[in-house]
Amino acid sequence: MKKLNQRAWLFVTPVLLLVAFNALIPMMTVVNYSVQETFGDNLFFWQGIDWFEQVLTSERFHKALGRQFLFTFLILIIEVPLGVAIALAMPRQGFWVPFCLVTMALPMLIPWNVVGAMWNIFTLPDIGLLGYFMNHTLGISYDMTQNPLAAWVTIVIMDVWHWTSLVVLLAYAGLVSIPNAYYQAAEIDGASNWAVFRYIQLPKMKTVLTIAILLRFMDSFNIYTEPFVLTGGGPGNSTTLLSIDLVKIALGQFDLGPAAAMSLIYFAITLLASWLFYTLMTMNDNKS
Amino acid sequence: MRLKSLVPVIYILFLMLPIYWLVAMSFKTTNEILAGFSLFPQTWTLANYTAILTDPTWYWGYINSIIYVTLNTIISVVVALPAAYAFSRYTFVGDKHLFFWLLTNRMAPAAVFALPFFQLYSAVGLFDTHIAVALAHCLFNVPLAVWILEGFMSGVPKELDETAYVDGYSFPKFFVTIFLPSITAGVGVAAFFCFMFSWVELLLAKTLTAVEAKPIAAVMTRTASSAGYELGLLAAAGTLTIIPGAIVIYFVRNYIAKGFALGRV
Repeated sequence: MKKLNQRAWLFVTPVLLLVAFNALIPMMTVVNYSVQETFGDNLFFWQGIDWFEQVLTSERFHKALGRQFLFTFLILIIEVPLGVAIALAMPRQGFWVPFCLVTMALPMLIPWNVVGAMWNIFTLPDIGLLGYFMNHTLGISYDMTQNPLAAWVTIVIMDVWHWTSLVVLLAYAGLVSIPNAYYQAAEIDGASNWAVFRYIQLPKMKTVLTIAILLRFMDSFNIYTEPFVLTGGGPGNSTTLLSIDLVKIALGQFDLGPAAAMSLIYFAITLLASWLFYTLMTMNDNKS
Repeated sequence: MRLKSLVPVIYILFLMLPIYWLVAMSFKTTNEILAGFSLFPQTWTLANYTAILTDPTWYWGYINSIIYVTLNTIISVVVALPAAYAFSRYTFVGDKHLFFWLLTNRMAPAAVFALPFFQLYSAVGLFDTHIAVALAHCLFNVPLAVWILEGFMSGVPKELDETAYVDGYSFPKFFVTIFLPSITAGVGVAAFFCFMFSWVELLLAKTLTAVEAKPIAAVMTRTASSAGYELGLLAAAGTLTIIPGAIVIYFVRNYIAKGFALGRV
């Protein structure tokens, strides 16, 4: 049992102040903008909920939101099973374990704009490794700046490249925590590979996979830098995800009101979806 | 069984291909890059690296990044240590809510905060300073450090604290001389992750700086657009940003999963 001690608040005060300074003040600024109209010169007029109505009914927002959900759905459905499969195939001990861990984690430690620039160089049609291979060896026309489908495939593969290792490392951490006795018991019972996976490995990985899915959901839903550097949201608006659109409105067109309303809606969706995910995935734990 | 051991090999090859291409590109001359496709650099050159290491706008980008990342790491870990101790040892009014509120800050899209951050830090006169970026990155790094450290501290038995008090240690003395040495791994991992997440972030760092504290990542975007497409230079700069991560990652290899999962594994 932890001791009840209200003085513990003194210990958390520095954290509270620092994070509140960074979170609450900007958040209140956003709320402020979202209900006002400005024509410059620091003159503001009360606008009520007009901006929210405008954003929620605008086709542009619906499309960006749709693209965002499609992107997040695609990368979750690819990265989670792939990550689990790779974790299952990884060696459990020996020299190769640290080698695998280090090389697999490497993409996650590269600055996000460098990831975008790297994939840009990698996919250039005539001088990029992948671009050259597709266009000149396989003879498939592949140019991200022209073809929306190519742009989509590339940003999805880039994210798979960048973040599948997160799922691998978490699933692997869950797998190595299973005592050998479990496998021996399964062998004596003559359990199939599938049964071992379904009744021993998967339940043991449940917590870590919950975390992995949550993190991948949050981060892919907020993604900005990598696709922005790689495609700039194009060709046309085909890869303009929610964050990219938001920055275009806020910093490009300087439409502060609509941008602020959109920010709040965006944040609310992220919070709500994360909370739903979390509740759904932990529901079974509470039942048993 | 053979097939199974091929899976990680293929995956690692897939991970290394774009990185190889970036590094190979950085050793090519501009003429060779523009002339067409070549799998290996035909004439090896260090010109791209020399250009970066002798041009102040380039190498100051690195120095700026390292300054604010280091500041951020120190601030995050120092304020997170007592908070994590409180969360792991005591219950107090609102502790669970506070713990989860911290996590919600990790969910906030950086794009939402870009403009308000610019105004906030301009208003307090910190725009274009290293400390501004260091403080802004605390938004997601302090919660991260609290969660990771709390995970490690909960692994230390409470009997350690009680014995120390019985032996007459004061709290500060106990914390520094007994408790901290028993969680050095945790402090190292928390520091590593703060360093890493501050190092890879660009949007806020770019928004909060103009000249004096401009991060390397922002210098790169400028080069890509204005000075023509100098791919070799861009590739060399990118390669140099991978090195810090590549060097330290070996030391935390067994804790990577724990760190990315915010200490919850």
